[in-house]
Amino acid sequence: MAAVDKDFAALQDERKRAEGVAADLQHAVFDQELYGGSTEGFAGYDRSIGLADTEEEMDEREQAVRSKMQSYTAPKSVIGDLPTEDGEDASGFKRPGRITDREDDYRRRRLQRMLSPSRNDAFAMGDKTPDSSVRTYADVMRDQQLAKERDNTMQNIADKLRKEEEERELDARPTKASGVQLPPPPAQPAAAAKSAAGEKRRNRWDQSNGVDAKKAKTSEWDAPEATPAVGRWDATPARPDEFGATPGRQGSRWDATPTPGRAGTEATPRRNRWDDATPTPGRVDGGATPGWAPGETPAVGATPAGKRGRSRWDETPAGVGMAGGATPMMGQTPMMGMTPAVTPMGGMDMPTPSPSSLPKVPLTAEQYQTMRMEREIEERNRFLSDEELDAMLPTEGYKVLEPPAGYAPIRTPARKLIGTPTPIGGTPLYHLPEEEHGQKFDVPVQLEGLPELKPEDHQYFGKLLKEVEDEQLTVEEMKERKIMKLLLKVKNGTPPQRKSALRQLTDKAREFGAGPLFNQILPLLMSPTLEDQERHLLVKVIDRILYKLDELVRPFVHKILVVIEPLLIDEDYYARVEGREIIANLSKAAGLATMIAAMRPDIDNIDEYVRNTTARAFSVVASALGIPALLPFLKAVCQSKKSWQARHTGIKIVQQIAILMGCAVLPHLKSMVDIIKHGLTDENQKVKTITALTVSALAEAASPYGIESFDDVLEPLWKGIRLLRGKVLAAFLKAIGCIIPLMDAMYASYYTKEVMVVLVREFQTPDEEMKKIVLKVVQQCVATEGVEPNYVRAEILPEFFRSFWVRRMALDRRNYRALVETTVELANKVGCADILGRIVEDLKDESEPYRRMVMETIDKVVRDLGTADVDARLEELLIDGILYAFQEQVSDDANVMLNGFGTVVNSLKMRAKPYLPQICGTIKWRLNNKSAKIRQQAADLIARIAVVMKACDEEKLLGHLGVVLYEYLGEEYPEVLGSILGALKSIVNVIGMTKMTPPIKDLLPRLTPILKNRHEKVQENCIDLVGRIADRGAEFVPAREWMRICFELLEMLKAHKKGIRRATVNTFGYIAKAIGPQDVLVTLLNNLKVQERQNRVCTTVAIAIVAETCSPFTVLPALMNEYKVPELNVQNGVLKALSFLFEYIGEMGKDYIYAVSPLLEDALMDRDLVHRQTAASVVQHMALGVAGLGCEDALTHLLNYVWPNIFETSPHVVNAVMGAVDGCRLALGPAIVLNYLLQGLFHPARKVREVYWRLYNNLYIGAQDALVACYPRLENDGINSFSRQELDIFI
Amino acid sequence: MATLQDRFNINSQLEHLQAKYVGTGHADLSRFEWAVNIHRDSYASYIGHHPILSYFAIAENESIGRVKYNMTQKMLLPCGVPPEKEEEL
Repeated sequence: MAAVDKDFAALQDERKRAEGVAADLQHAVFDQELYGGSTEGFAGYDRSIGLADTEEEMDEREQAVRSKMQSYTAPKSVIGDLPTEDGEDASGFKRPGRITDREDDYRRRRLQRMLSPSRNDAFAMGDKTPDSSVRTYADVMRDQQLAKERDNTMQNIADKLRKEEEERELDARPTKASGVQLPPPPAQPAAAAKSAAGEKRRNRWDQSNGVDAKKAKTSEWDAPEATPAVGRWDATPARPDEFGATPGRQGSRWDATPTPGRAGTEATPRRNRWDDATPTPGRVDGGATPGWAPGETPAVGATPAGKRGRSRWDETPAGVGMAGGATPMMGQTPMMGMTPAVTPMGGMDMPTPSPSSLPKVPLTAEQYQTMRMEREIEERNRFLSDEELDAMLPTEGYKVLEPPAGYAPIRTPARKLIGTPTPIGGTPLYHLPEEEHGQKFDVPVQLEGLPELKPEDHQYFGKLLKEVEDEQLTVEEMKERKIMKLLLKVKNGTPPQRKSALRQLTDKAREFGAGPLFNQILPLLMSPTLEDQERHLLVKVIDRILYKLDELVRPFVHKILVVIEPLLIDEDYYARVEGREIIANLSKAAGLATMIAAMRPDIDNIDEYVRNTTARAFSVVASALGIPALLPFLKAVCQSKKSWQARHTGIKIVQQIAILMGCAVLPHLKSMVDIIKHGLTDENQKVKTITALTVSALAEAASPYGIESFDDVLEPLWKGIRLLRGKVLAAFLKAIGCIIPLMDAMYASYYTKEVMVVLVREFQTPDEEMKKIVLKVVQQCVATEGVEPNYVRAEILPEFFRSFWVRRMALDRRNYRALVETTVELANKVGCADILGRIVEDLKDESEPYRRMVMETIDKVVRDLGTADVDARLEELLIDGILYAFQEQVSDDANVMLNGFGTVVNSLKMRAKPYLPQICGTIKWRLNNKSAKIRQQAADLIARIAVVMKACDEEKLLGHLGVVLYEYLGEEYPEVLGSILGALKSIVNVIGMTKMTPPIKDLLPRLTPILKNRHEKVQENCIDLVGRIADRGAEFVPAREWMRICFELLEMLKAHKKGIRRATVNTFGYIAKAIGPQDVLVTLLNNLKVQERQNRVCTTVAIAIVAETCSPFTVLPALMNEYKVPELNVQNGVLKALSFLFEYIGEMGKDYIYAVSPLLEDALMDRDLVHRQTAASVVQHMALGVAGLGCEDALTHLLNYVWPNIFETSPHVVNAVMGAVDGCRLALGPAIVLNYLLQGLFHPARKVREVYWRLYNNLYIGAQDALVACYPRLENDGINSFSRQELDIFI
Repeated sequence: MATLQDRFNINSQLEHLQAKYVGTGHADLSRFEWAVNIHRDSYASYIGHHPILSYFAIAENESIGRVKYNMTQKMLLPCGVPPEKEEEL
């Protein structure tokens, strides 16, 4: 006992030590056996997005499943079935989740993009000059240019400021940037949050026409490093045309306001003294601007999340979609009175139909809370009034200074002017919300005939809540409401609602018009609270209406792209596919020119996210419209002199095309390589990198063809790997690694030797990315034909093992995988023994993950190559190491070790004999272990090596193990018990029933109670074992025992798993064969009376199997007798059993067909539909079985009974009857069936004709040629000649 | 029992399958159209069965190739010009 305890203590220590290491490995190890399926799951992902591939992280749910499943160690079949069987919680259906919740920061950047205004459709216009209010391509490009310049300037200023900042000390916060001295800031939290985050946003004050003295303010939140933002607007040249569009996210939400709107508002009482200096955002509202419905800038409400954190500017209450994130900030300024008439906001009563101008809608509790929080914070951070200062500061010793001349304090933030929907209370304490009739808090709003509104839907669908008279609405408004209703149904409705709404939207798409539709759908899609399912549905809507709208979508192409592009980089495979489909359809609808015009400006967008998604979208366009169509454009872009971004994106497009289209790039390979090749010598590092990556993508896509296309890039690549370092080198190596496999053996060998120098040098690299690439390239190079084993052995192996076979590599899942793969590839070249010899010692390494990696490699290598070249010494080391590793493992996942063990022992075969006693000793010892896991592993190991033990004539040992296992059948852990049963099964399989110890007659009675166990693994293994015994060794067990088992088996028919039910049904057959069918049959027939359908179905199958194994004549009489029971279920069961029976026995059925005919006559005339249906399927199987065996008379008779049922409408009956008629066609010949049909083909009643033609078509498809001989004679009618004279020819 | 929806589905599937074959019919098929199908099928069948073809060739005292050619030609308008639409049966 003490020894055991000590052993445990040691194990625990070991575990503790390993835990630190193993912590990440828990998830990291990806077991092929267990999760083979999930590995494949990554197959759809882009393998090479770029160097900075994000980790393929599993989501929490997957990890939960995994950690649950790690305790299982069972045959793959068991585990493979688990998720599908009890799917609710483990997997199967996804919980609905918000998309934003699972996105990473990068993907979330989609929310920062803006829906730019619709653009001019150059095609629709003809020769006219576009209206100035419409945005043309030129406008967009100009804006893009401006945005870029601005960004540059900002960058410069930021740099400069940072430099100055460093020089000065912290107190030098207010800086001058362009000569304007900034006043020390009164609190102005406006842009603070954003500038702190370093966002490049255009600010809202930069638009003063010709006003030079701009007052920029910083708030107390402006951290020093954020000051650059201050300078930004000073530096921005005030250009009138800047007001134009605001493509990209850098536009603030007010940018979209065109100036004209100002005139109207200028005179309103909202003006205060700062209006001169800073045009207020309030003006936005005034803007009833042509062509620019505020709907164009829905980003207001839609852009909260984002990575810039939740500034209170973003937190827009639902009701004020338009108000530019106006939050109450009363504490903001001491002079509340200064801005008295803040109210009626333009947006609220302007007739601009857009989702953003909405009626006031009750806030959700959450929003309310947030607002209060904000108010409170602002209250505490407000600036102090004179009185307060007086009260606080001592009167003596201080002097009140005069403000400098010309200083006008800015007290009210511009946004103050915007109406705030929240009640403005003076205190941040509890606030009693003002009462308002019709305002419901926290009560889900329900509209008649519409699905429920979620809180976050209010900002989009709030309008529907307002009761309005239809007469008061304009046509446009009616249309808008209609669309809104339909969309709401699609988004939140039940499936039937959704379906009809979708159909209506599709049918009326052109009627509604592209504008109104997209203006509502697209903002919805930008909503940060959108869920996967909702997005799917909305995307579906877009897809459908795209077809309908066709060329009308042109002005909206860019908007749609902004919304759809993020789908292309979604982590969900189906979302990516969906995105591709939409973009493909869009490009087919809008045409290449429009697509290019829409996307061209984004190609050199300053935001990498925009460029990335645009590149992907372009690749989809290329695949939709053909690569050649896009080539000229790509060529131009890739050679752009203006910006490296354009070149980068252009090349990236080529890369994405290669990834997306695979070998379809081959016809254009040469031209694509030509387009990008200059990028390898570009001065910009990023361009170089992407070019190399593109080359590798092209090579991968073209593999194994197309080496001649890469001739031009070989030289620059070659020079590159000698000169470059770091990331670029990694990319270049990757490119070469992908090209080498395309080469002839001779060249491949030469180039491999060349590149190997660099590779070996880079073996040492600390960079993870580089490591992976180096491993990959080694793998690719070694796999090529021309590389000699000796060269590999001498030049690569020593360095390779020294640098890579270290413990650290086992800790990262991707490294682990790459290393194992590469090593296996090396082994394929140099042979098994070389590699095993190098790593076998490591099986005794002290790090478990490392041991596991070694084991997996050995497993794979041995499986591929066998152990023929392993000498005695190595063999000994191997077994020794494996035993050590097997015994020392503590982690949950035992499969790698088990597999490795099994593979090696099985491959050694006879040579394993000397080690078997030792192995069995270990197993026996471990079967006795306290830990359930260890017992389970031991039993699993027996299952794997039983075959080898038999091959080595160790039957005695096997028998001994059998006895040991038998003694452990009292095991209480189901997992372990399952494994023990599995082990017993494999022993029985190899040594046979007669030699089995314990004898079968002792073993089986022990198994009977275990059949009651409800655990699936136990059930499956147990039923397999019992079935095996029933099949081979039934005579060892008394019949009474078998009957007892029969009763237990009935219970097993309820099992969830199909495998178990199937094994059970088969076991019935074996048992019936062993003890005669009568008793078994009685049991089964009684079981037909049970209510549960699955149970009855399984019983009928079992009856059929019994009939098959024991000949039908033993079963049929009892079965037909049972039909007399006047009970629906029983009779149906009998018919079903007959149906299965005739299906199984095939042509044996010809002897029984006359016997069952009366029964079938009765069934086919029964009132019950199911009777007739099942009887029809009996006829079908019978007919198919006896075709050509001379039973035509009986079948014709039965067909006469079947025939009237052709007019049934229930689909199952229709199917069964069709089947019966088809079966008869085969057995009776088509002529007879045709004669039946001719009666009704031209029947006056259409309903009759329809049915007959359907049958005729079936007949025709089945026996077209044979029918030629039996068509009726048709007479000529004078005009047409219908007769087939040639058939009258007679010699 | 099955809803209207399923019925629609199963039947429509079957009909879709049938409609993929040329020569299948439907409730509104006219006598002429059916006859055309029969004729074309017949010719195709004769051409496909060499013994029948040679039988016809002997009877008509033509070469097999000629008979084959004639039949292929006749497949174009086996029953003459189609009747006017309103004459539909």
